Amino acid sequence: MPIVAALLSVAGLAGVAVVAPILTARRVAWATPVVYGASFVLAAVLLICGLLALLGGSAFQGTVHLPVGLPWIGAHFALDPLSAAFLVIVDFGAVVASFYAIGYGAHEEEPGRVLPFYPAFLAGMNLVVLSADAENRRAGYVYLLMASFGTLMLLLGFGLLAGPDGDYAFSAIRTAEHVPWLSGLVLVLMLLGAGSKAGLVPLHVWLPLAHPAAPSHVSALMSGVMTKVAVYGFIRVVFDLAGEPAWWWAVLVLILGAGSAVLGVLHAVLQRDLKRLLAYSTVENIGIVFIGLGLGLAFKTNGMAGAAALAVTASIFHAFNHSLFKSLLFFGAGNVLTGTGERDIEKLGGLVHRMPETAYLFLGGCLAISALPPLNGFVSEWLILQAILLSPDLPQWALRFLVPASGAMLALAAALAAACFVRAFGITFLSRPRSPAAETAHEVSRWQIRAMYALLAVCLIAGIFPGPFLDALSPVSQMLVAGAMPKQPILPHLSIIPISESRSSYSGFLVFFFIMMASWAAIRVIHNFASRAVRRAPPWDCGFPDASPVTQYTANSFAQPIRRVFGPIAFRAKISQTMPQPGDMAPARLTLSLRDLIWEFIYAPIEGAVLYAAERLNILQFLTIRSYLSLVFAALVLLLVLVATWA
Amino acid sequence: MGLILAILIQGIQMVLVLALAPGLIGFTRKVKARLLRRQGPSVVQPYRDLLRLVRKEAVLADNASWLFRNAPYLIFATTWVAAALVPTFAAGLHFSWAADLIAITALLGSARFFLALAGMDIGTAFGGIGSSREMLFATLAEPAMIMIVFTVALVAGSTQLSTVAEFMVDHSTLRVSLGLALIGLIIVALTENARVPVDNPATHLELTMVHEAMILEYSGRHLAVIELAAALKLLLYISLIACIFAPWGMARQDDGVLGMLVGVVTWVGKLAIGGFLMVLFETAIAKMRVFRVPEFVGGALMLGFLGTLLLFVSRSF
Repeated sequence: MPIVAALLSVAGLAGVAVVAPILTARRVAWATPVVYGASFVLAAVLLICGLLALLGGSAFQGTVHLPVGLPWIGAHFALDPLSAAFLVIVDFGAVVASFYAIGYGAHEEEPGRVLPFYPAFLAGMNLVVLSADAENRRAGYVYLLMASFGTLMLLLGFGLLAGPDGDYAFSAIRTAEHVPWLSGLVLVLMLLGAGSKAGLVPLHVWLPLAHPAAPSHVSALMSGVMTKVAVYGFIRVVFDLAGEPAWWWAVLVLILGAGSAVLGVLHAVLQRDLKRLLAYSTVENIGIVFIGLGLGLAFKTNGMAGAAALAVTASIFHAFNHSLFKSLLFFGAGNVLTGTGERDIEKLGGLVHRMPETAYLFLGGCLAISALPPLNGFVSEWLILQAILLSPDLPQWALRFLVPASGAMLALAAALAAACFVRAFGITFLSRPRSPAAETAHEVSRWQIRAMYALLAVCLIAGIFPGPFLDALSPVSQMLVAGAMPKQPILPHLSIIPISESRSSYSGFLVFFFIMMASWAAIRVIHNFASRAVRRAPPWDCGFPDASPVTQYTANSFAQPIRRVFGPIAFRAKISQTMPQPGDMAPARLTLSLRDLIWEFIYAPIEGAVLYAAERLNILQFLTIRSYLSLVFAALVLLLVLVATWA
Repeated sequence: MGLILAILIQGIQMVLVLALAPGLIGFTRKVKARLLRRQGPSVVQPYRDLLRLVRKEAVLADNASWLFRNAPYLIFATTWVAAALVPTFAAGLHFSWAADLIAITALLGSARFFLALAGMDIGTAFGGIGSSREMLFATLAEPAMIMIVFTVALVAGSTQLSTVAEFMVDHSTLRVSLGLALIGLIIVALTENARVPVDNPATHLELTMVHEAMILEYSGRHLAVIELAAALKLLLYISLIACIFAPWGMARQDDGVLGMLVGVVTWVGKLAIGGFLMVLFETAIAKMRVFRVPEFVGGALMLGFLGTLLLFVSRSF
């Protein structure tokens, strides 16, 4: 039974987490490879369990009831198609990250800061995906030491679902009757809870600060994998547990998704810290995933099972793809950090010569995340666009206006992502070195490079043979929306068909094959029949080459046109120049102000309110004992009244 | 037999687009020169230029990387594959199912991605400025194109270009949404092909240039391949507009040799008309300041969005 093996592996990870601090405390030299190696093996077992359960059908799925956990509830664990799919996403990322870390972790000066928490982190994420009652999921999240606010929202959401009888097992929740407004409240709470963990705008503010701060393999796991655990939680509750969705749910999810997609990438394109850029791009991709989920909800409420299956499948496939290329890119950023000690792209440049393999792999990741064929990012975004084309049949007017708008936002986000990653790759790896650190960069360990090759290979395979991946997800969509995409034909033409062949199809393999053949033929013909001579010379640069690397375009100047066009709307960007009078020796100044509107309009008032309340509540510190007792009594009475009215 | 014929048509299409692309450039240059009352170079001059360039040695900057050397071929290959999938003289191309209109847009996006990277490889200010502006224009032109694709796809019920072309031949009616899409597509085509008023294909050494700035460092065969890709892209866009909005004369798959010949002749005629109209527009208008361009291309995005929205309101628009 895969579920038992999976739970044993999770227990194993927890065991490694217990042993790791002992090893690091004794400063054992082989602690790093052993901890990461053990995590690698255990995550691989979990990955195989997930694959078996996803591909092997119901024979490999199942539930386990353990008498541990909270007393009188016990703990349910289940492996159904949805949790199997996310188990695969989580553990593929974990396997590769552990492998990468065997090389990367060797540079860690204080292994004790990371080693004990790494397996615990993996165990926590797996536990969330495997658990089948709400209490455990909460425990998993607490384990992840996530924002208490989000946990509170999740707890409230599950509390509402469970009802006054308090049966937290999923099977009980699923069969229970749900009051519509209560389900709606659950959706809002889930959006707040899972959305804050996944980095949905406007709850994203912590993400670009937290993700880059970790070591790169952990950043990769946080951005690539942990956000998917939140997506899993959202799908589990909203599609599986909360009963029939109402159409306004889709409106809410679509608005948040489209907003995240565009705002995330607009922030990303302006960043100069490579890892923070990647973290903001995670906000964008989570937005794309939620656009797909919103479409799925819209189709589901209107009983369009086929379209809903397409949207949900595309969405989960994009979540999978994002976990691949975001890990790849974070590993690349980790390599740059190892090789140069620098994260600021304004101080990099020319790394393609000193770190050729990293450059090649990072380029692959950039192509994939910019949704360019024949890689995988394109396939999932293409499927979401195909789902949008089915939506004129929706009866609600709000959705009919909102869906094309979110399609436009999706296309805008994809185009901006391409600009963002041309900038990221071009400034970091191409052009001339902008600092001594970049000039003396060196290639990194083979472990790191091999882990990245594995990711790029899967990106390419998922891009040129997406059919089997979509087929593997069909039990998931069957479970969530009671529909599935048409079975993808393996042969003729290796193409994928979202709805029907006459409507649209795409064959990543043929596109890849044709591109390779055409470029190969062009090279052969020109080299054989014309010329293959090459001469090296100084750059031409319109006849005025300047040897100083300062004359190059910088990351800031690359982003300037985009900032100028989108900045006034998105960030209220203002530029002011002060030009001294002729003859005045004072320097000319250019000041740029960007305002984060979300921070100003949502967080700043909250912050103000909290401060205000804290000021007012200050008097509570200086009351007499009698007043305290009466306050406690009042609180007790209030709670009892609440419980009485609730039940 | 049918399969062989279909593959044959696809092969002829691939060879024809490649063979005619430089001719189209030569034709537009000739027409432009005549409109400016100049004699102008011969129509076959671009072929001579390409031949001369491929025979010369390639001069690479000292710090040019592998990406710089390979990018021209990838740009050419992606553009050619995209051009091969746009029905030109015959609808129902054999490999049409391999990539629909969204995928063709994305393929051109791949070509642009490599071109912009190649512009940044040497580390000159010109290359960077070109790449940065190219990507800026693309951030608006690409969503505009997707919205136009949506409009067309909602009318024709498919994103598959061959199906769209057949639908348009059978059901050619005037529609508001298609009108909006046409204007939007023309704007996108002018932007993507670096034509006036967005960019000037005839100048070097001008701070406002975009496309030429990115390829300043290229020479010899690499430059030839990039120029050929640019010519292919122009041909692709004119063929695309013709295929969606003026599909008359296009052969069906079961038409005989005569039908195919008629298709080829009408297609060449459409290319000539399209090229002529473009040049006429170019000579009548001045180039824009670079920060006017986003408004221009943003207009295309709005038109495409409006077209899609109208179709979401009612399928009869």
